[in-house]
Amino acid sequence: MIFSIFFHLLILFGLAPLLAGIIARVKAKIGGRQGQPLLQLYWDLGKLFRKRMVISTTTTWVFRAGPLVGFVVPVMISLLVPFGPVAAPISFSGDLVLFAYLLALARFFTVLAALDTGSSFEGMGAAREATFAILIEPTIFVVFIVLARLAGDFSLNGMFVPVKAGFNTPAGIATTLAIICLFIVMLAENCRIPFDDPNTHLELTMIHEVMVLDHSGPDLALILYGAAMKLMISAILIADLLRPVTADPLLGSLSFLVVLIILAIMVGLVESAMARLRLIRIPQLLVGTTLLSFFALIMLLR
Amino acid sequence: MLNLSPQILYQGAITILLIGAILPLTIELTHRHSTSLANGLGAGAALLGSGLGLAGALLLLFGQSSVAWQMSWASAGVNLCLRFDPLAAFFLAPVFLLTGSGALFATGILASSKQPGKSGRHWLYYNLLAVSMALVVVAADSLLFLFAWEGMSLFSFFMVIYDQDEESTRRVGWIYLVATHLSAAFLFLLFFLIYRQTGSTEFSSFATLKALPTSTAVLFFCLALIGFGSKAGLFPMHSWLPEAHAAAPSHVLALMGGVMLKLPVYAFLRFLICLPVLPAWCGLLVTGLGLAGALICIALAALQGDLKRSLAYSSGENVGLIFFGLGLWLYCREGRFDVPATLFLVGALLHVWNHAFFKSLLFFGAGAIIHATGARELSRMGGLLRRMPRTGLLLIIGGGAIAALPPLNGLISEWLLYLGLFQAGQTSIGGQAFIFMLLLVLLVIVGTLVLLAMSRILGIALSGEPRSFEAREAHEVGPAMFIAMAVSAGLCLTVGIAPGLVFPLILGPLALLSPELATGAPEILATLPFGAGWSWTCLLVLLFLAVYVWFYYRLPPGDSRRRNTWIGGLLPSPRMSYTAGGYGQLAQENLLCSCLRPPIISVRTPVFFPGHWQWRCRNIDPIMALILMPLFSQFSSMAGSWRRLQGGQMNIYLAYFFLTTILLLGWAFSS
Repeated sequence: MIFSIFFHLLILFGLAPLLAGIIARVKAKIGGRQGQPLLQLYWDLGKLFRKRMVISTTTTWVFRAGPLVGFVVPVMISLLVPFGPVAAPISFSGDLVLFAYLLALARFFTVLAALDTGSSFEGMGAAREATFAILIEPTIFVVFIVLARLAGDFSLNGMFVPVKAGFNTPAGIATTLAIICLFIVMLAENCRIPFDDPNTHLELTMIHEVMVLDHSGPDLALILYGAAMKLMISAILIADLLRPVTADPLLGSLSFLVVLIILAIMVGLVESAMARLRLIRIPQLLVGTTLLSFFALIMLLR
Repeated sequence: MLNLSPQILYQGAITILLIGAILPLTIELTHRHSTSLANGLGAGAALLGSGLGLAGALLLLFGQSSVAWQMSWASAGVNLCLRFDPLAAFFLAPVFLLTGSGALFATGILASSKQPGKSGRHWLYYNLLAVSMALVVVAADSLLFLFAWEGMSLFSFFMVIYDQDEESTRRVGWIYLVATHLSAAFLFLLFFLIYRQTGSTEFSSFATLKALPTSTAVLFFCLALIGFGSKAGLFPMHSWLPEAHAAAPSHVLALMGGVMLKLPVYAFLRFLICLPVLPAWCGLLVTGLGLAGALICIALAALQGDLKRSLAYSSGENVGLIFFGLGLWLYCREGRFDVPATLFLVGALLHVWNHAFFKSLLFFGAGAIIHATGARELSRMGGLLRRMPRTGLLLIIGGGAIAALPPLNGLISEWLLYLGLFQAGQTSIGGQAFIFMLLLVLLVIVGTLVLLAMSRILGIALSGEPRSFEAREAHEVGPAMFIAMAVSAGLCLTVGIAPGLVFPLILGPLALLSPELATGAPEILATLPFGAGWSWTCLLVLLFLAVYVWFYYRLPPGDSRRRNTWIGGLLPSPRMSYTAGGYGQLAQENLLCSCLRPPIISVRTPVFFPGHWQWRCRNIDPIMALILMPLFSQFSSMAGSWRRLQGGQMNIYLAYFFLTTILLLGWAFSS
């Protein structure tokens, strides 16, 4: 088990910044730019870890706990999630509740750390983060219900398996809807366009970026690394469902990686094709997603 | 060797608490300057008595036995029955625990009180409140139960109006008194009907109620739900709760919110044991009321500007969750879903303890903040984590626990509810499955709203710059208050990290409540992931974080510098930081339906340049404003027309006497 934990973490630590790099590259290409190197985030992280910090005089330990928890939580939830053919090292019936509440733990500390600076920007971001979570979490749980009902299992390991049902069966339709919902949730949870823009700072329509304005140096590196890992885990959840079924572990891993990269490219495409939504539209889209996930549920209730 | 049976420990506890109630007042009345002696005696008796009682309750809970005894009081013509079984012990343990830690906390508050001469009264009411709560739990007789119930209501009323010099407190006292007696009226009716049915006041003879026809059983059930539910703060009878729970001193609120709200739940359960099988909709009714209360209360908790009011609404939410679990247990018990029914019942019972732990912690913490700053409004706090680091840390633990964050205790009970809903949804089909799924989603929304409400309280009160002079001058609390908070926080952590320790204690009450589930329950609980692996993982992660913090945060790399928060190049000021109102505004405007929004009065002078702008948000419970107030004013105007009967003139009253006598004479002769 120790070995599988290390293997899991190795994949996570190694690949997470690359995925973020692919998205940035796709956006740049479509925008007609050369774009940053694929491995830019690795260099950024290395540089930030060596930098010194500027810490606000207003803050306390909570300000520094935010990035730490925001880094540790993705590491912990990754252990509950199967990485394609590589099963999750820790798995038990009901671990989906732990998955959701570990995410809530990260949110709690990020929000407290943001409020700890006493800045109105960060307070605004914190309020938005906590409020929009109310709309995101129900969708996550409905998707979990749908998948649990299909798989007859309450562990992420058993739920996130390749889709076997045909697309014209109720199960297939439900899974398709669930995947669409998961994709939207991935964009919302990871603060991508159209919910939030990870590239601009100090805009009044920002959510996540504005919460981390005052972090610098190694703390900022923890935040960026944590965000990249969270993005990767969200993408992995979708890729787990979409990957082709093969018995060959090597072929399975390769096809899983390809699906993952395609997902990253799709995020890049969405970000290039869409503008950020107005803030008051965000709740409408999120409620719409919840309704969509309910349709998926109703397909399975007969 | 002295044989310490639970019964002797319990009787000892009651005796010591009674002494602790009388003695301080006597001393303070006879010696004017002996406030500290009175304090010491009152607190000492409360601590000793609650220690004994707690030991007795735990002894019984571990031993899984039950004791019943009678106290004949021939001169009064009553025969008092008391019973001490695992279910009673399960509810007694938090009663005594919080009585003790509340007394410890009170010493810190009273020592620096500016009103001498109130200590004696405080300990009289406080210890008598504890005694009557302990009696409510072990009473096995309608008369004794109602007697103790009245005592509990009255002494808590006296504690609510403890700061009676303030006009608002007296008004709140009235609301509380009316609410609690309305609930008592239903209970009197209920016990009267039961007496007519069984011909006995003893609970042991209530077993004959099992033979009741369904319609009568449902009537009894509804009466009990209204009577006990309104005392527990179940929706829609929760309106008194935020009022009363904002007025009393904080350590009393820990007792009232932490355990007093659970005693109606206990009595309701005790009563349910006696009833025959109820129709399925009864369970769904309890579930629905519980969930609606949880949703509405927590949504309102996220809007309150007053720290105590916000916590009081959160109590309403937790009571709602307990009823939610119990209702689902009732529903599933009839539908023969054994696994979910067990999970719901264990989850609801565990939540009773959990809420006692974290709500007491939060109320103690709120009391410490109010003690330190003298302010109750969130908008006058801020920056307190720097000034009160220990209190702040414990408050964050409490907030995390109530938001069900790992590795704290709130997660465990909510986990059981979630898992029960998942299981029930999985094994049912069609509309029934949809109901479970809908309930699950609504429970998720409650959970996220708790996170919003708690991050708001903690973030606004503890973080940022102080928003008032008092907050700037705040100081850390003394050791007694700190220990009281630390006990609760320690229990939150213990239950969260080692839930396996608590599960065996729940099996006793579970066997009493639902004998058909008792055999399967240990097996079901063993399949949960809360064994040694859970504990070790939690401890390892906590240890890792501690080591990391020790090595890394003590010695930041390079020379980190301290600068002002960057606010667009301006100098930061507390007036720029986010406010409690602003934090909840987005949720209030986008997510809350308009009838729940607090009425907002906004006055703006229409001039070209920004001028005077007034914005005020009225603090009134929507149920109170929309339903109860119109209802009561209608009632009072109707009653007003009858008031003419009481003219106040002697000759009219004489005429009444005369008329009554004539009527009675006529009735006597005709029959």
